[in-house]
Amino acid sequence: MVILIVVGIILLVIILAVIGIYNNLVRERNRVKNAWSQIDVQLKRRYDLIPNLVEVVKDYMSYEQETLTKVIEARNFAMNAKGVKAQAEAENMLSGALKSLFAVVENYPDLKANENVMRLQEELTSTENRISYARQFYNDSVMQFNTMVETFPANIVAAIFNFKQMEFFIIPESEKANVKVDLR
Amino acid sequence: MAAKVCPRCGFYNNVKRKRCSLCDAPLDGSQIKDLSYNKKENFYRIQSSNKRNSVLLIIFLFIFLIILGFIFGYIFDIGYTGPILALIISTVTTLISYNMGKSIVLKISGARRVTKEDEPQFVNVVEEIAIAAGLPTPETYIIESNALNAFATGKNPNDSAIAITRGLLNKLNREELSGVVAHEMSHISNLDIRFSMLVGVIVGTIVMLSDWLLRYLFWGRRGKRNRREGGGGAEIIILLIAILLAIIAPILAKLIQMSISRKRELMADAKGVEFTRNPEGLASALEKIAQSSIKLETATRATAHMFISNPFKDFSKKSSALFSTHPPIESRIRILRSM
Repeated sequence: MVILIVVGIILLVIILAVIGIYNNLVRERNRVKNAWSQIDVQLKRRYDLIPNLVEVVKDYMSYEQETLTKVIEARNFAMNAKGVKAQAEAENMLSGALKSLFAVVENYPDLKANENVMRLQEELTSTENRISYARQFYNDSVMQFNTMVETFPANIVAAIFNFKQMEFFIIPESEKANVKVDLR
Repeated sequence: MAAKVCPRCGFYNNVKRKRCSLCDAPLDGSQIKDLSYNKKENFYRIQSSNKRNSVLLIIFLFIFLIILGFIFGYIFDIGYTGPILALIISTVTTLISYNMGKSIVLKISGARRVTKEDEPQFVNVVEEIAIAAGLPTPETYIIESNALNAFATGKNPNDSAIAITRGLLNKLNREELSGVVAHEMSHISNLDIRFSMLVGVIVGTIVMLSDWLLRYLFWGRRGKRNRREGGGGAEIIILLIAILLAIIAPILAKLIQMSISRKRELMADAKGVEFTRNPEGLASALEKIAQSSIKLETATRATAHMFISNPFKDFSKKSSALFSTHPPIESRIRILRSM
């Protein structure tokens, strides 16, 4: 009888612990998903801004068709990318293409002074920053979640309920330093 | 990681230092402290200490006003009407300062709400840092002044505001502005804003009431003497109240200083860098702020502790060591540059 009670209590404690850990895991996973959707929102913002920018600058930049085409291509490619890794790569290409477009804009004083261009530049700079901050927040959340999935005793619960480690949104070291473009 | 804790001011110094970088007190090897704490836990500790202090402050207000109410009731022979009145006043003050404190503080500071159409860069930067912090976007305000300063206020991250002076906005580039906004954002996420807002409004109210009461007693006393000769007991009590009010003022001043301790400013600097991952932005912004000597006219004793840098520009070495709401700006810059 005593043994039964003791075993019962131990079982109860274990069940309660498992429920607590499970809920924690779900909460952390939702945080990661939420962070990812924030990146998505900002990427979408950038896709929407690019056609406007191209529209405004294309009349001035008849000799720079190649740069413009590259930006548009990179945008369309990024929009169709699937999965965290492919998306990260495509977005980096787009960031690079935009950067070279802005470098070209520097050579056209008229264009630089154009109010529409200035406004779009500010919006795109902000969007670049938003993307990198959203990515930072996403990676921090992933780190927290992955640590939890890996460490004892949560790893047992994670294995039972099939919680997998999540992917980081990684950018190459060389690009990292240049992502926050300051156009002032 | 370890640090040398200064025996005089409690500042956490680099282990290699021989003298405190905040107050210049000599350091020997005995004050070394292990700092390998859980970052998240520490963050929750600050948050809960802010919640606790806010409640304590409100309790203090109730006790103070009810005691005043008893004395008032006794002097004017209105019995329990005094304390009941006090209870009503303190309840109303608490409700007002909690729910409207943000608008009161912004109004006192002469801040004007701006939208993205007015100030695209400022509003964009605030939205960016909010994403980095994973918080809702605070409202954005501008103070039309050439002084270089900024502050945040509100009751929680869902109802908060960041205000910046025109001077600072014009002077900073995008990177520096991000650093300043990130500093303010960390005050918001730590809930420093709630406590400092309550301190501002409640302390302001108490000072105003004490002032008003003292003046009333002074004039009331004359009138009474004409009517009733030789009221010895009442005279003594009035004297006691005057003394009580006289000691309350410095206590309140101390409270304001405790509210946003110098350590909190340093923690907000550090947490802000965690958002931007760019210590140089804030460091160079602080450098520009330190170079300016323009005082912010709309800052008051009750709101001074909220600003990113002392709005009265009172940076004498002596005053900074012990009785200051802000750490010396030079040591903040030095710490940021060593990150």
